Amino acid sequence: MSYLMNSSEILQTIEMIGQQHLDIRTVTMGISLLDCADSDLTRCGEKIYDKLCRRAERLVPVCEGIEQEYGIPIVNKRVSVTPIALVAASCESEDYAPLARVLDRAAHAVGINFIGGFSALAQKGFSESDLRLIRSIPRALTGTKLVCASVNVGSTRAGINMDAVALMGRIIRETADIDPIGCAKLVVFCNAVEDNPFMAGAFHGVGEPECVINVGVSGPGVVAGALRSCRGERIDVVSETIKRTAFKITRMGQLVAQEASRRLDVPFGVVDLSLAPTPAVGDSVAEILELIGLERCGTHGTTAALALLNDAVKKGGVMASSHVGGLSGAFIPVSEDAGMIRAAEEGVLQMDKLEAMTCVCSVGLDMIAVPGDTSAETLSAIIADEAAIGMVNGKTTAVRLIPAVGKTVGDRVDFGGLLGSAPVIPLHRESAAEFIARGGRIPAPLHSLKN
Amino acid sequence: MKAIVSVFAKDTRGIIAYVTALLAERDINVLDISQTVMQEYFAMIMLVDLDACPLPFHELQNWLHEKGQERLLDIHIQRSDIFEAMHRI
Repeated sequence: MSYLMNSSEILQTIEMIGQQHLDIRTVTMGISLLDCADSDLTRCGEKIYDKLCRRAERLVPVCEGIEQEYGIPIVNKRVSVTPIALVAASCESEDYAPLARVLDRAAHAVGINFIGGFSALAQKGFSESDLRLIRSIPRALTGTKLVCASVNVGSTRAGINMDAVALMGRIIRETADIDPIGCAKLVVFCNAVEDNPFMAGAFHGVGEPECVINVGVSGPGVVAGALRSCRGERIDVVSETIKRTAFKITRMGQLVAQEASRRLDVPFGVVDLSLAPTPAVGDSVAEILELIGLERCGTHGTTAALALLNDAVKKGGVMASSHVGGLSGAFIPVSEDAGMIRAAEEGVLQMDKLEAMTCVCSVGLDMIAVPGDTSAETLSAIIADEAAIGMVNGKTTAVRLIPAVGKTVGDRVDFGGLLGSAPVIPLHRESAAEFIARGGRIPAPLHSLKN
Repeated sequence: MKAIVSVFAKDTRGIIAYVTALLAERDINVLDISQTVMQEYFAMIMLVDLDACPLPFHELQNWLHEKGQERLLDIHIQRSDIFEAMHRI
């Protein structure tokens, strides 16, 4: 076609959306709740509800309008808020679960898919409010549908708060004992980012503006489609192909972000360039790794292939967007990725390899079902390992584990919808209880003498 | 506003005539057309100008889709910015 564009490019875009599951994974509105603080918990909740309903009122209809006009699905519309441990710090109440129910009610009222920010930042130690929030998590998550919680337990600058690590092991255990699905809405971070649009770890950091629009793009299927044309090519060609594809995907995210920002009259924050899989066939990060040349995801070579993928996605995406942020990279949530599920079921993808993969992927151990009788100390030890990887490498790492109560290795757990299903993965049986019981803080790492 | 109309179907006689008549009925001006037949499948892409079209975008979209279904045509309409954004720096 003569007019600015040619038909093969148009057909390529239509194929990406129609057959390769290209979508905008989320448009997330970050909203500051710092002005909702009140000594009375009920009054604080009322202020939060009113502000959320006012600010996010048009989010869903505006996104639906963009979806229609551009023909690109926006799978999730979400809201992230200031960590509730900060907002509620002056409340004279031991239990913050009522505020989680307020968030849930507001989320239902404006029609969004999830709301994140039932969070605490405790990397160097707990405030009184952090402790109250963390202790409320099991009730908060099991008593609501749309609320997501996160706790930051470590950072490269502060080290790892081992008391928080120990406590979070117990909190995950307690949540699972009430309802395991609650654990799918709980993330334990090291180096948490303030502008992440993805759940369950999204919150609106204190350095963020009053209100902001962050967009998460996706498209593992598009990358896989492009890689099918590179069979037998050298690895440089693979890297270049992923970069080019990531560029195109991100341009779409940038367009949607700018359009949403303009229509909502809310500043544009970042595009998060993450390859986020879904359980749908053909929308899998594991499939990309297998197309790079692995017989099955999880075998030797997986870490190197994932490192290449993660880096190429960022390099391709950075030029396509004016502001890149969030987590940006390749996600490896086991239950949400058909290829990962298959590899785990066949026993190829094991916990130790998943941990190695988190050294080079965008986040961490994500959506992994572990045996129902896993102790709080073992959960804490897994969190500590993962936080150590993040702390030393200066990257975000996270843990989202689901103890599958009443189930053991080989059983399958269904979470429903985008959360998918997963086989229960075996863990080491030997105890780390003495290590976890010590408490204290792992000092921040040295960043010189790097050999 | 400019948009891309894409039409996919099993090839039969009169597809272009049918679709352009629909567009004319709603005062939509066709700026460019590209059409091809791959095996027995028909694919057409049109760049159109919606400035004179009286219908709101989503109503036009639904109407075209319904009219397409009557003749077993898959008709989509999307704003053209998305293609420019993806393929042009």
